[in-house]
Amino acid sequence: MAAVGRVLLILISMSAIYGLGASLYGARRGRPEWVDSARRAMYALAGMTLISFVILDVAFISSDFSYNIVAGGSSTTTPFFYRAAAIWSTQQGSLLLWVMLLSCWSSLALFLTRRRVREIVPYAQAVLFGLCIFFSGLTVLFANPFSTSSTPPTEGAGLDPLLRHTTMMIHPPMLYSGYTLLLVPFAFAVGALVSGRVGAEWIHVTRRFALAAWLCLGIGILLGARWSYTELGWGGYWAWDPVENAALMPWLCATAFIHSIMIQEKRGMLKVWNASLILATGCLAIIGTFLVRSGILSSIHAFVSDPTLNISFVALIMVMVIGSIALVVWRRDGLTSDAQLDSLFSREAVFLFQNLILVTLTAVIFWVTFFPLISEAITGTQVSVGPPAFRPFVVPLALIVVLLSGVGPIISWRRVTAAKLRRSFAFPVAVGLGTLAALALVSGVTRHLFAYLMFGFGAFVVASVAQEFFRGARARRAMTAEQLPVALVGLVRRNRRRYGGYLVHLGVAVALVGVAASTSFQHSRTATLRPGQSVREDGYTFTYVRATAAATAQKISLGAVLSVSKGGHHVTTVQTSYGLYPSQDQTHQIGRFFNGSNESRVGLDAGLTRDIWTVINPNVTPLQSLISRGDVLVARALRQDQRLPAAQRSKQVDVIFQLRDLLIQELTQRFVSHPWPAQFLLIVSPLVTWLWIGAIIAALGGLIALWPLPPPRRRTRRMGGPPPFSAAPSVPPIDSPQPLREPELV
Amino acid sequence: MPYLIVLVVLATAVYVISAPLRSASREREPDRGANEVAELEAARDAKYREIRDAELDVRTGKLSDDDYHAIDRTLRSEAVDILHRLDEVREG
Repeated sequence: MAAVGRVLLILISMSAIYGLGASLYGARRGRPEWVDSARRAMYALAGMTLISFVILDVAFISSDFSYNIVAGGSSTTTPFFYRAAAIWSTQQGSLLLWVMLLSCWSSLALFLTRRRVREIVPYAQAVLFGLCIFFSGLTVLFANPFSTSSTPPTEGAGLDPLLRHTTMMIHPPMLYSGYTLLLVPFAFAVGALVSGRVGAEWIHVTRRFALAAWLCLGIGILLGARWSYTELGWGGYWAWDPVENAALMPWLCATAFIHSIMIQEKRGMLKVWNASLILATGCLAIIGTFLVRSGILSSIHAFVSDPTLNISFVALIMVMVIGSIALVVWRRDGLTSDAQLDSLFSREAVFLFQNLILVTLTAVIFWVTFFPLISEAITGTQVSVGPPAFRPFVVPLALIVVLLSGVGPIISWRRVTAAKLRRSFAFPVAVGLGTLAALALVSGVTRHLFAYLMFGFGAFVVASVAQEFFRGARARRAMTAEQLPVALVGLVRRNRRRYGGYLVHLGVAVALVGVAASTSFQHSRTATLRPGQSVREDGYTFTYVRATAAATAQKISLGAVLSVSKGGHHVTTVQTSYGLYPSQDQTHQIGRFFNGSNESRVGLDAGLTRDIWTVINPNVTPLQSLISRGDVLVARALRQDQRLPAAQRSKQVDVIFQLRDLLIQELTQRFVSHPWPAQFLLIVSPLVTWLWIGAIIAALGGLIALWPLPPPRRRTRRMGGPPPFSAAPSVPPIDSPQPLREPELV
Repeated sequence: MPYLIVLVVLATAVYVISAPLRSASREREPDRGANEVAELEAARDAKYREIRDAELDVRTGKLSDDDYHAIDRTLRSEAVDILHRLDEVREG
């Protein structure tokens, strides 16, 4: 089937080239049948990439090591679900996943717009095909997932142990979905600029794609943070790593875009800003892919690197950046606003300010992330930057973003009077200030000022969103006489975009409160303990109860059981372990089980107020002399085996390997029977759980905002003449899909 | 077998992609009016959303009655303009 895959890759590239040509030909010559044909080429392309992907995944699941990437990224001992997901742990497989997701989302977008925005679609199609050509071209020319070996190994190298984590099965497809979904509004923005149709039409047809991209990217970022927290063994969830930043930057820009397009939809303003923003976001999505795939900046999240792709990616990014700037400059006259800002005290003004902050935040992260490369280009030395380089800029900007996410929901569009402003702000401001005052009284705000401010601002956001839900439900109840909870559900159902958005604001504020608390008030220490010994941290006593060990064909696991108590009362028992995976080194038949890849299993007790997080770093040095002796014995036995007649050899080899396995079991058990001191990292971190809870709330809000409204109830009665509601505002419009004065308005 | 699969996929792709070209003679001219109608309908829906948002804002106490009436009047007048244009395009 590898041959089928290779031919399909060529057909995919040819379809993309045809689609690009047909789209442009159809647009320039006014031949819609060619544009339709190109659209169908995208469907065909999506179908062929799906078939290719299935062929490759079946090879992974069935451990067909004739495929080079299966031999390099999987093994028979890799569990089924990880074998199924191992495809995107490889460079080639992840590029194929990229093409598949891009072609599927593009097909969906083109299907939904097949009878709309006809001037824009051909050029948008051409851009999407161009991107398909690039990525499918990479798989054909540089990273062919279907390359095979005529002498396949009997066993594969296995999946990187760090990737054997539940979240890693979903994390990469979510991030890639985010990146590829962002390219749909990017392509339509290019189409709008090329065709000169720079109104809000392209926004109407791609808004949901931008929102879905934001949601997928956000979920992907969250899953990556969770993986980092529970798998990497350093105790954090965000390290300002280049790959983390690569996903965060387009997410921040997409957040700005989702807000600012509302102003263009409603007021016809910010056209040049919105076009520039989505073009920049599209470029950042490709830059993000480049950072992950190229390994140009060292990252804990990059598992493959291929410098041969660098030139291709840099060329694509240059074309996208220069082309975007040229398009905006070319169409600058058509991108003038239809209206002006009525008041600085309006939702438009808040959105605009929030946009500026988010874009500044993105620019800061971009600059610091790429600073090592810039410094290397200038000085010849690549400096490394870590979290301290980001925090002075990011923390104040994040505070402003949180504050604005509380202001946005309680301020109206266009303008607001001072009296209404006071009425809307009184409760949230009181809650925010009350929280700050209470915290100052309890703890005395002498340090971590920014963290305390985040708590105050977070409380302000929670109060403002709660107030909005309450007032909305109360207004609906006044009209429908429903019970308050029923009215609340009805309110959200009828105004999904608005109240889904408010939930997102709430979730983000809650998550950032969790971030502020866990980074500012975390207590951590490393300690070397023997079984029975204890150490205290942040009022908790950690006792190393006993060592644990297990050996399987997949890995050796050395761990510890820790008891945690506070004030003499038992709090929890946690178990942490350190997994050692065998290397491919066949000369050290025992040593290879101790010198391969490794991973940490965190001992975690998560709670609403604090997380107790532990990880062990076992000391295997005392086993080293026994391991070396075992290696010599096994090697000698294998050499002697070579001298035996062929008929006896296989039986003898089986016996040697059974003995070797017994030796490994014995060595492993020594870790329990002769426990040496082990090193532990022990962390007590407050409110971390609220980061995950906030993220779930935000994702739920995003889903609500994304969920389509029920079909409008159309009126069948049609009166003659123009709609009368301009003269009498209380009269409903005649052909409104949702009558203006309908009783269920809120 | 692999050749057969490739041939089937290729034939299906060619059939799907070439369908609009094969029926090109039956294709109607690009309906520019339909585009404009779609755009005006989108603008109308956006305007309706804006009117409903303003009403929700006044009901939840964010807008004063005076501001609401002024904004509502403007929005409805803009909506009427869109509806007039929509009728014009549809009629002719």
